[in-house]
Amino acid sequence: MSSVSPDPPATQAPIKSWTVKVREAGVAALPPEKLLPDGQPTYVASWIYMFGVASIAALIVIIGSGSILSLKGPAWWHYTGVGHFFNSIHLWSVELFFFAMVVHLWGKYWMASWRGGRSRVWMTGAVTFLVAVPCALTGYVSQQNFDAQWISTQAKDSMNSVGVGSFFNLTNFGQMYSYHVLLLPIAVVALVSAHVLLVRKHGVAPPFEFEQRIADLTPAPGSGGDGSGAASDRASA
Amino acid sequence: MSLLRPKDDTQPWKGRYYPYDLVKELCIAVGVVGLLAVLLTVLFSSPDDKPSTIAQWSQQKPVDFVTAAVKELDGTSGTAEYGPPYNHSSGSVQHFLFLHPQRWLGVSHPIDTEVDFVLRPLETIPNDPALSGALAQYRAAPEKQRKEWGEAYAKPLEETATAEEENKTPPGTVSERNGQVVVTPSGPAGPVPVLMERLLALAKSGGVDGSLLTSKQFFQTDYTQPLLFMADGGLLAERAEQQHLLGDQWGMMNETGSYPGQPWLWLYSLWYQVEPMKSSPNADIQVLLIMSLLSLAFICIPFIPGINILPRRIPIYKLIWKEHYRAERSA
Amino acid sequence: MSSAAVIGAIVNLNHPAHTVDWSFIHLSVANVVVIGLMLVVFALAVVLPFPGASRRRGGSR
Repeated sequence: MSSVSPDPPATQAPIKSWTVKVREAGVAALPPEKLLPDGQPTYVASWIYMFGVASIAALIVIIGSGSILSLKGPAWWHYTGVGHFFNSIHLWSVELFFFAMVVHLWGKYWMASWRGGRSRVWMTGAVTFLVAVPCALTGYVSQQNFDAQWISTQAKDSMNSVGVGSFFNLTNFGQMYSYHVLLLPIAVVALVSAHVLLVRKHGVAPPFEFEQRIADLTPAPGSGGDGSGAASDRASA
Repeated sequence: MSLLRPKDDTQPWKGRYYPYDLVKELCIAVGVVGLLAVLLTVLFSSPDDKPSTIAQWSQQKPVDFVTAAVKELDGTSGTAEYGPPYNHSSGSVQHFLFLHPQRWLGVSHPIDTEVDFVLRPLETIPNDPALSGALAQYRAAPEKQRKEWGEAYAKPLEETATAEEENKTPPGTVSERNGQVVVTPSGPAGPVPVLMERLLALAKSGGVDGSLLTSKQFFQTDYTQPLLFMADGGLLAERAEQQHLLGDQWGMMNETGSYPGQPWLWLYSLWYQVEPMKSSPNADIQVLLIMSLLSLAFICIPFIPGINILPRRIPIYKLIWKEHYRAERSA
Repeated sequence: MSSAAVIGAIVNLNHPAHTVDWSFIHLSVANVVVIGLMLVVFALAVVLPFPGASRRRGGSR
């Protein structure tokens, strides 16, 4: 006897069903073959393409090690070898995360990967980087050691100078810990998810085309009345 | 063309695909990165310099502690003169042109250094008639009298601190004797010497650490008061200088010891080293505004003329897509 | 007992950092190494051949 439940019967759900609308919009934007394709264009043939997934991998290790640290509370790593071990994994995976993200963004810049309607991919990636920085800052001030004391008493001046210190108090450990283990990781994961889904939707940005590059380098003949479009192409990203 | 789609004529790919296992790629990446993190951990571990306490500060640098404490009392310390969000002073209030966000957001974490850092902790000491008398005398005196007492006690301490900073001979009005700090005030100091002597003893016993942390309630996670008090003294800065964490040491990028720090803060740190930010009292807001603008530009690179063209002009792409272009040429 | 033994590291990095100083720039050696490695890894990533070229030559639409 099968233990798998049968498919739910098709209902006469009204056209205005939110569930149906969400499902159909999701499937339209990202049908399964697009969400998880089993092939890539043949131009995806460089090690530089690995640094996006390397960044995600580092984020997974960060969250994994961070979860273990939060299982035992913020003081644990100060007085046990195992705790210190996972703190070290957490610190080094953060260094690897920023390392991979920077190499990834360098690669994406030099490939102009925002082309072909992919500007939101670039923008979500950039915002992810910018949100990861305060996420790291809240981690540094949550260490409960001398480094945390120094960073919090210094960086508070920056926060205060723009008024942010009135509601984001770096010397308030409880608040900083909450931001670090919950609020900012949620933001980073949400941004990374949006970024990856946009990449799946638009596909990996294609190369600058050979003919296009020739057109770029060739001066437009006369007053451009030949319809080659070279002048407008030169103006494009 | 919508606002989020810069004009370009990149065509959708109509060429060939090849089998590519994304899930396997992710699993391998997690394995490799995880192993790399473990390797770095086994090789280098991570730093954990123990935090300073007010007890340590008062034991290791009693003169520095008393100097900071009397300034908290007479309202001339960094925290006392800071301004929002702690109080209504203006010593550390920054602005840029017509932007005064520090003022606008106001005092949201009120700290009265005279009461919070000195008087309230002293009031927790029981069975000390001399102290009770000194506190009563101090509280009964008018504001002007308190200030005069405080300044008379603070002046020799400040002169000694300045002389030490400038590597000159101190005036001899401050000394340490049997763990006590003996100060020859520049005028009548009233009950202030007794208050300072008792506060130093309380600090050495750990009582000020505890008192500042639990003053509002039993369960506490806000270390603002003990941290601000310590930051008004010299111990944290002394440790920071040894660890290359000061501003002019590019400390924002650094970690304690010889560990890598936050190299991604290189540009943020750099602005503090150049004029006019370097010598400006408004350096923090200036640098944050510069970095906010640059961050916005970073996000909007696809739309910035010149910047968005550079990848075509500097052909690093030829290396990345060399296999593709080779295949095109042979086709 | 050295701090390296206490925390079990093979290489003890718990000593004041050496710095690379040039004009007004003062960077810790560790940070310079990280930044340098980023540049080296980026260069290698764009230059080194990526495996699977034969699969890509025999690819399908």
